[in-house]
Amino acid sequence: MANDIPASQDSNDVPMLSCQGIWKVFGTNKSEFERSGGPDMRDQELARRGWTVAVRDASFDVARGEVFVIMGLSGSGKSTVVRCLSRLIEPTNGNILVEGEDLLAANEAQLLDIRRRKMGMVFQHFALLPNRDVLGNVAFPLQVQNIERSKREERAREMISLVGLEGREKFFPDELSGGQQQRVGIARSLASNPAIWFLDEPFSALDPLIRADLQDELLRLQKQLHKTTVFITHDLDEAIKIADRIAIMDQGRIVQIGSPEDLVLNPGSDYVKRFVKNVPRSKVVRVSSILRDATSSDSVGDIVVKANDRLADVAPKIGGSTQSIAIQDDKGVTLGYVDRDKFVRVLAGVV
Amino acid sequence: MSLALRIDNLPHIARSSVKCVVAVVAMALITNLGPGWLSTIPDWLMFPVSDIVGDSLTWFAREATIGGIAVQEITRGFAGLIDKPIEAAVVVLADGLFKGRGLDVTQSVPPLSWLALGGAAIIVAHRFGGSALALTTSICVAFLVSFGLWQNAMITLSNVLVSVILATLLGLVLGIWSFRSTHVENVTRGIMNVMQTVPIFAYLIPTLLLFGYGPSAALVATVAYALPPMVHNTVLALKSVPAETIECGRMTGCTQRQLLWQVQLPTALGKIAVGLNQSIMMTLNMVIIASMIGAGGLGFDVLKALRKLDIGGGLEAGMGIVALAIILDRTSQAIAKRAAHGKHREPGQWPIWKVVGLWLVIATGIAYIFEPAQAWPKDYVISTAVFWNDLVTWINIEWFDVLDAFRTFALLEVMRPFRDALAAAPWSMMIGLLAIGAYALGGARLAIYCVALALAIVMTGYWGPAMNSLYLILISVTLAVIMGFPVGFWLASRPQLQTAANLTLDTLQTLPTLVYLLPAVMLFRIGDVSAVIAVTLYATAPAIRYAMIGMSQVPVARLEAAQISGCTRWQTLRWIRFPAALPTLLVGVNQTIMMAFSMLIIAALVGTKDLGQEILIALNRSLVGQGIVAGLCVACLALIADALLKAGAARAVTHRHKKED
Ligand SMILES: Nc1ncnc2c1ncn2[C@@H]1O[C@H](COP(=O)(O)OP(=O)(O)OP(=O)(O)O)[C@@H](O)[C@H]1O
Ligand SMILES: [Mg+2]
Repeated sequence: MANDIPASQDSNDVPMLSCQGIWKVFGTNKSEFERSGGPDMRDQELARRGWTVAVRDASFDVARGEVFVIMGLSGSGKSTVVRCLSRLIEPTNGNILVEGEDLLAANEAQLLDIRRRKMGMVFQHFALLPNRDVLGNVAFPLQVQNIERSKREERAREMISLVGLEGREKFFPDELSGGQQQRVGIARSLASNPAIWFLDEPFSALDPLIRADLQDELLRLQKQLHKTTVFITHDLDEAIKIADRIAIMDQGRIVQIGSPEDLVLNPGSDYVKRFVKNVPRSKVVRVSSILRDATSSDSVGDIVVKANDRLADVAPKIGGSTQSIAIQDDKGVTLGYVDRDKFVRVLAGVV
Repeated sequence: MSLALRIDNLPHIARSSVKCVVAVVAMALITNLGPGWLSTIPDWLMFPVSDIVGDSLTWFAREATIGGIAVQEITRGFAGLIDKPIEAAVVVLADGLFKGRGLDVTQSVPPLSWLALGGAAIIVAHRFGGSALALTTSICVAFLVSFGLWQNAMITLSNVLVSVILATLLGLVLGIWSFRSTHVENVTRGIMNVMQTVPIFAYLIPTLLLFGYGPSAALVATVAYALPPMVHNTVLALKSVPAETIECGRMTGCTQRQLLWQVQLPTALGKIAVGLNQSIMMTLNMVIIASMIGAGGLGFDVLKALRKLDIGGGLEAGMGIVALAIILDRTSQAIAKRAAHGKHREPGQWPIWKVVGLWLVIATGIAYIFEPAQAWPKDYVISTAVFWNDLVTWINIEWFDVLDAFRTFALLEVMRPFRDALAAAPWSMMIGLLAIGAYALGGARLAIYCVALALAIVMTGYWGPAMNSLYLILISVTLAVIMGFPVGFWLASRPQLQTAANLTLDTLQTLPTLVYLLPAVMLFRIGDVSAVIAVTLYATAPAIRYAMIGMSQVPVARLEAAQISGCTRWQTLRWIRFPAALPTLLVGVNQTIMMAFSMLIIAALVGTKDLGQEILIALNRSLVGQGIVAGLCVACLALIADALLKAGAARAVTHRHKKED
């Protein structure tokens, strides 16, 4: 998906969301944590005080329009990170900047305003209000902002049709399937047209087939809306399918951040290696990442592939050829070549 | 769970039981043969607690001033204030308005007619519970109307409505407050726990003192009685709102107030409504009892009939109470169920208030033109009182020998000896045995707690009546368990019957306690036998229910394992089902005892000689201190039983786990 959206549309280049050195330690507060030594404390010291470190020293930027996925096993601190980003949970240490502005410095009223206008969130168990019908649920964020009824319902109807639930406006949550409920959750989170979109394991509670449907739906919406997205999942396949970049978390720490290809081709540690070991490379790696510069023996022959194609997509073309393969960008400019030999070895995972 | 394991356990059990036996025997010897004060309570152990409590409360009510205003003035004013909504409700629902004085009083404005109100009840029932509920409601309404009980039922309903509204509002406020602050929650929980064990009569005494005989005293007592469960349920309901739902509210930028009103309360509504159903039924029970201090209505009819021994009249009014209880319970349950979903009506349906409003207008119009729709004509009132009285006479003539033989046997061979034994047992021995039992079940802490409660009873001078209560409770609970458990076990193996069984048990448990006295009195007249039968009837429902639940919830895998190992039915019951169900069964016994206590106090009306009677006498003679202290003694007994059984249940659980390891 990275190719659909330029990494930064903004000339001034401020990341939409930036967090620097975030810690969340349960059992203490900011000042006590700092007094006891802050981020420099060793593990034994933290444990001795009976504190639980849910997030330690997390730093990352999310660019405008980027889909940033946080991936990790259960209990690794994903939910805590995403809740720190909206201050549903108050971070114990660190800085969070939203469009360059300090989120932690915002007072109660400013925070309400930021959440109302800039942020939307989708929850694992949908968190729909059982006493409201679909329309009422989707219009809820607008009602909270005291937007008049006709306007908010008009907007809500728009969102409902965006997620493909027209005709079900008057249904109540317990009359909908899980997949439909999460569509309502998605529509609700988009109702106030937020710039930043948080999704905490939005599809984990769904059956595999419905999960795949909703993943496609999400990709479609994102193509249309270009939200700055922080997506939590514990499913690597899901992460690879939708991410521009993935952060892998282990025991509160972010152990590696990179594009799906990066992680697959250059895992930074054994932990990450174990994760990506079983990912079929051909479905992740793009041709562009294995190209080499042209040499005198190369010529643009029979086989030309697009830089953004994945290996699996082009493998059939390469079939019987012995020539090197030309790689071109969308405009038809030749970027480089790849040898058949190399191609096969990457496919087989030898390199 | 093998046989070998059980035998391995034996020496340990044997050792501890030997210790227990030795302790018990030693205790019995010391207390019986020791100095005299060990067997008769010495004066230095008794304190004039009731006098102190009575004097200080009377002083507070009659002479104390707060900020220069006499408390009496305040309570009078308050009573005047809360009389108004009841009066208004009674005018609208039951009596109408009158003009004129003395003998030429004429009704100037009639109350809402039975057609209007009964129809409205049926419409509501139909909307929320479908045609089955509408049919039940119609039958109940028809019964009340045709038996001439309508007006009294509406007086009772007025009291219930006003009390429920007050209790709900107060309960929500306190509940929300407790939910938001742990300090407040600790305080309210403490107070509520004690309030729930204090017997129902004990509520009447201080309110009577403060507000005087009349509907307002009854109202205050009722609200105080119905409040604890309402607060408790509100807190639980609010706590059950999923964390994600609250996060969703915060993420959409809700203010504290928006979060409460638009997220937390609506999401908790279903559970709050279930609590509301409970408080309605408790209110009804209390309103019936509170007719003793001037609430009027159906309860008053039953009491009057009980005093005159007019069984027929009492039964009729009692069935009226049952009819009203069924309407209120079923309808409020149906509404609660609906409240849990968001959906309030089908597309195209009118909102319920519009339908009911329209019906009230139409029916009032009809009643204006057609007199019988306003007040059911006297000539058409069916009375079964004569029939019931004849039936009672007939039973007492035809069956006299059998009934009397049973009664005499029970009284002379079982109850009296048991009572006398308890009465003759040295107080110190009883407390010593309690201490040993409590220690064996839950250690030193529990023993100290129980002994302190028992000593409190000793000090008040109510030891004798307390032993009488104990004897009635023990007999009734034993009977209830003997009858209830087998029925429950049987039902557990027949899942297809369980829905019906639950419905019946629910109904039995929501019936006001007073109703249970009637059949007992009908057969066995006044006395301990009737009391035991009434208490047993009332307390059997929880015994059945818990036996059923306990036995049904044994894990299927274990039963299959037993089957594979070739256990006979009896072996499965003995080794698999029973141990697994034991904790639940003990909770069931606990519930049975609590229900028995609440009924026992009411049973004082048929002439027992226990703590309940003391309270009743205090109530009739306005002996404030005695009434309250006797009430607290009942609470002490109940708390001891509760603590012992909870410890027992906890032990059964850990014991089971140890075995499973
Ligand atoms: N309120 C809390 N108090 C104390 N510890 C907490 C609290 N919330 C979370 N934790 C701990 O913080 C750690 C991270 O929890 P978190 O919910 O962020 O994990 P997660 O990666 O989202 O896991 P999951 O996939 O199960 O949702 C866990 O060890 C958890 O026990
Ligand atoms: Mg999580």
